[in-house]
Amino acid sequence: MINKTLTELSAGLKDGDFSSVELSQYFLQRIAKYDDELNAFITVTEEQALAAANKADEAIAAGTAGVLTGIPVAYKDLFCTDGIRTSCASKMLDNFIAPYNATVVEKLTAAGMPMLGKTNMDEFAMGSSNENSYYGAVKNPWDLERVPGGSSGGSAVAVCAKLAPVSLGTDTGGSIRQPASLTGVTGIKPTYGRVSRYGMIAYASSLDQGGVFASNAEDCALVLAAIAGFDAKDSTSVEHQVPDFSATLNDSIQGLKIGVPKEFFGEGLDNKIATVIQEALQEYTKLGAEIIDISLPNTHLAIPSYYVIAPAEASSNLSRFDGVRYGYRCEDPKDLTDMYMRSRGEGFGTEVKRRIMTGTYALSAGYYDAYYLKAQKIRRLISNDFKQAFEKVDVIMGPVSPETAFKIGAKTDDPISMYLADIYTLSLNLAGLPGMSIPAGKANDMPVGLQIIGNYFEEAKMLNIAHQFQQATDYHKQLPAQFGGEK
Amino acid sequence: MEWETVIGLEIHAQLSTKSKLFSGSSTEYGQEPNTQANVVDLAMPGVLPVLNAEAVRMAAMFGLAIGAPIGRGNVFARKNYFYPDLPQGYQISQFDKPIVELGHIDITLENGESKRIGVTRAHLEQDAGKSLHKDFAGMTGIDLNRSGTPLLEIVSEPDMRSAKEAVAYMKKIHELVQYLGINDGNLQEGSFRCDANVSVRPKGQKEFGTRTELKNINSFRFVERAINLEVERQIDLLEEGGEVIQETRLYDPDKNQTRSMRSKEEANDYRYFPDPDLLPVEITDEFLDEVRASLPELPQVKFKRFMQEYGLSDYDAGVLTANRAVADYFEAVAKDSGEAKLSANWVIGELSSHLNNHDLLITDSPVSSEMLTGLIKRIADKTISGKIAKEVFQALWEGEGSTADDIIESKGLKQITDSGAIEAMIDEIIANNQAQVEQYRSGKDKVFGFFVGQVMKASQGKANPAQVNQILKQKLAPESE
Amino acid sequence: MSLSPEEVKKIAYLARLSIEEEHVEQYSEDLSSIFGLVEQMNAAATDDIEPMAHPQNAMQRLRDDVVTETNQRDKLMANAPLKEDGLFLVPKVLD
Ligand SMILES: [Mg+2]
Ligand SMILES: [Zn+2]
Repeated sequence: MINKTLTELSAGLKDGDFSSVELSQYFLQRIAKYDDELNAFITVTEEQALAAANKADEAIAAGTAGVLTGIPVAYKDLFCTDGIRTSCASKMLDNFIAPYNATVVEKLTAAGMPMLGKTNMDEFAMGSSNENSYYGAVKNPWDLERVPGGSSGGSAVAVCAKLAPVSLGTDTGGSIRQPASLTGVTGIKPTYGRVSRYGMIAYASSLDQGGVFASNAEDCALVLAAIAGFDAKDSTSVEHQVPDFSATLNDSIQGLKIGVPKEFFGEGLDNKIATVIQEALQEYTKLGAEIIDISLPNTHLAIPSYYVIAPAEASSNLSRFDGVRYGYRCEDPKDLTDMYMRSRGEGFGTEVKRRIMTGTYALSAGYYDAYYLKAQKIRRLISNDFKQAFEKVDVIMGPVSPETAFKIGAKTDDPISMYLADIYTLSLNLAGLPGMSIPAGKANDMPVGLQIIGNYFEEAKMLNIAHQFQQATDYHKQLPAQFGGEK
Repeated sequence: MEWETVIGLEIHAQLSTKSKLFSGSSTEYGQEPNTQANVVDLAMPGVLPVLNAEAVRMAAMFGLAIGAPIGRGNVFARKNYFYPDLPQGYQISQFDKPIVELGHIDITLENGESKRIGVTRAHLEQDAGKSLHKDFAGMTGIDLNRSGTPLLEIVSEPDMRSAKEAVAYMKKIHELVQYLGINDGNLQEGSFRCDANVSVRPKGQKEFGTRTELKNINSFRFVERAINLEVERQIDLLEEGGEVIQETRLYDPDKNQTRSMRSKEEANDYRYFPDPDLLPVEITDEFLDEVRASLPELPQVKFKRFMQEYGLSDYDAGVLTANRAVADYFEAVAKDSGEAKLSANWVIGELSSHLNNHDLLITDSPVSSEMLTGLIKRIADKTISGKIAKEVFQALWEGEGSTADDIIESKGLKQITDSGAIEAMIDEIIANNQAQVEQYRSGKDKVFGFFVGQVMKASQGKANPAQVNQILKQKLAPESE
Repeated sequence: MSLSPEEVKKIAYLARLSIEEEHVEQYSEDLSSIFGLVEQMNAAATDDIEPMAHPQNAMQRLRDDVVTETNQRDKLMANAPLKEDGLFLVPKVLD
């Protein structure tokens, strides 16, 4: 069961090999068996999953089922789910029952996908290791002492350990690609605006984008097609036609021009990762692609620019958590100010407070031009770098992360070193470009992801490129021994 | 020392849209608390704003009406502060790129001269909810029905030099937004609110003095009083060698004084930045052409036309064009009755005083324009006298009939114009009052009024006064018999 | 670039975050090093560069002025920490 692609699961459901209830139970049992160790889920929604699976089975029997009907899914716990706790992995929202569904949840529910549960994450999506969760750190299935990456670590781990066949995450500065890389799954962050942000609890609105984790590009294509598209409730979603991402997976990549930015191979990159990436690029040349050296000269400015823009937006986005209408309120506030201060001070974790303060300072009187406006100008420079590069190449490739998964606790006292590890992922969010991570091998016995960066709205091409690699390799099929289950 | 007052006003006009600025919730006033606040208005996690096209159109109308350029790529920004009636923790407003740029409006001063007041800008923003201070065991209740209602904030230049000018300006803007149909003009319900920035300086000095901001004044009368009080306070302070502190002050109409609002003062650092959930608002030429075409006739133009077309005095034209509903009412009556002057007199006189006494808007008048038209027609064709007409109007007001004709008929108020009948009445009165006849004939002209009174009494006021006069004169003339 | 503990307290107040006294020093160190990192931006020449507020080079979409919502007060207030008579309750607001 766990080695089947979504297409195979879909066929199995239609052929009556197993029902959606059986399939859902299978994953629920794996969650029950393994999640104590992994901590990938904050909330497991067994009852809702089985009810939806029943409905899916009826639809399958009635012949009204779509390709995704009956296949279970897990959501990062920042997608609002009507009637179900949506916590953002924060004490602030530990008791928050969302009163509505995020658009992507509506879409996948309408497609007949039972929800297995809500996955663990860095609090309010702020982090790169999944250690910043009110519900505790998520473990990497390849080595339980190591982090899975973040902030969508729970969603990555759910797919990696086969607790779910597919999951949704969000990516503000690498939060899909980096945990995908560190856990050896396939993850895609689409172009900004491709997927509605409605109901996705905001971290940094101009950077946030929802996307998919799955075992391979083919599965990502199916689910991305189901969640993509314009949404009248999100003015920043794009009225851009959504292609059939699956239709072009098998197109030839003969003559494909792959740009490799030299700035992605500089100081700080683990040599063993560099080797894995070079080997992957060689694999692409075998598939008929051409490697072209390019430069993205402002790459080093992505980190400082991101760590102004994202916290600035976050400082404002998180102001609504004030203890008035929902969420945590401190005990016995002595007055209004005390209620605000303590509800927020006690409800938010350290990293969240750090970023709110960073953003508050960057926007405050006298600093706006030097920090926020400057960061916006650099954002333009970074975006221009990519524009120029895409005049010469079809796609850009490089590492996702300069290092493989590190030990839990290794960087807790050093937020800056954590920030620096986002060097290869942040610039895409600043530019709004789509990116993927696909498993490309191992270094230090841990998975290494290859990053594929496409031009705006070229997800179909990226998925095609990823799929061609996965047809020629089997890194994406490797499972951590402990969680391999049946063979 | 002689002091000069400098005043600038910030007016918040609620736009008369059906739904909110960024959500599909109703903007209706006076509903049960929190029944008109949806997930967006409550700032639930994950929600996003979607801009109401009608609010943009209304703001553009206002801009065109004051001759201002419209911001072609105007931008929404967040104004960040914490307050329980502000659910997002920020107000979506406009900062450096407002939708309406520099315009102006002309006010008329007491001496009849006209003065141009600059309108620095007008921008779109969300209204906040309401804090209810009635006691909930020492707590405050928050109602977010108003949260997200569209406001147009209209900011003037510091061009006004007296409380009277400020009120004239405020009234002019009030009149304009109602003309445009973008605001309901209801000050009691808070649809039209005003903050005043007030400072004083020695006459002749160029630099402005330190200003204070008077918050949320919701009547024309209070604006005048509050400004005058504040001017006095500032002058007293300065003359005693003190200093004006830049602060926000609240006018208390009960105590008739202004007081400092210290709680709003602390750390006013709003950290404005462009709202990342919203993109710049595009204003195209086509859009502006459409808006321009939809603009109603503006007060100044209507004023001139009323004088020309209906031959009204500038006083009458001024009164009748001060409010669009009044102008529309008058024009309907004048057109249908063909009696412009008479219509003007009745709208300005009897109708207005009834409306004032009952605190009603003309749109709620129990006497409709059709009803008044019917009444005026009967005055014009002499079916009733002006005096009887007042009685008919009162009956219409009280709902005793639905047309003037019905009331005239049922009450038998038709004027007596049959000279035979009038002559008969007069003959009888002369016969019964010989002493007075003698007095009149011996030169006491005043006694004539006595006879008129007697005839009117006998006819219950229905005898045509002109005929009565004429016949009496004939009959009382000496040697006539 | 360094932020004093006093500045940290000011920012924390502006952001309405209570910070325990014993953690102020740590935040001041962290924020100082974050802004140290941020100031690497100063090296970049950006004089003629238009700020980029958003990844989308597009204009705002508008919606028609239609009331689409109905009263959902009970459901929407279910998460409220304290409420009465359909109102959210907070400690007394003074003005
Ligand atoms: Mg203002
Ligand atoms: Zn305002």
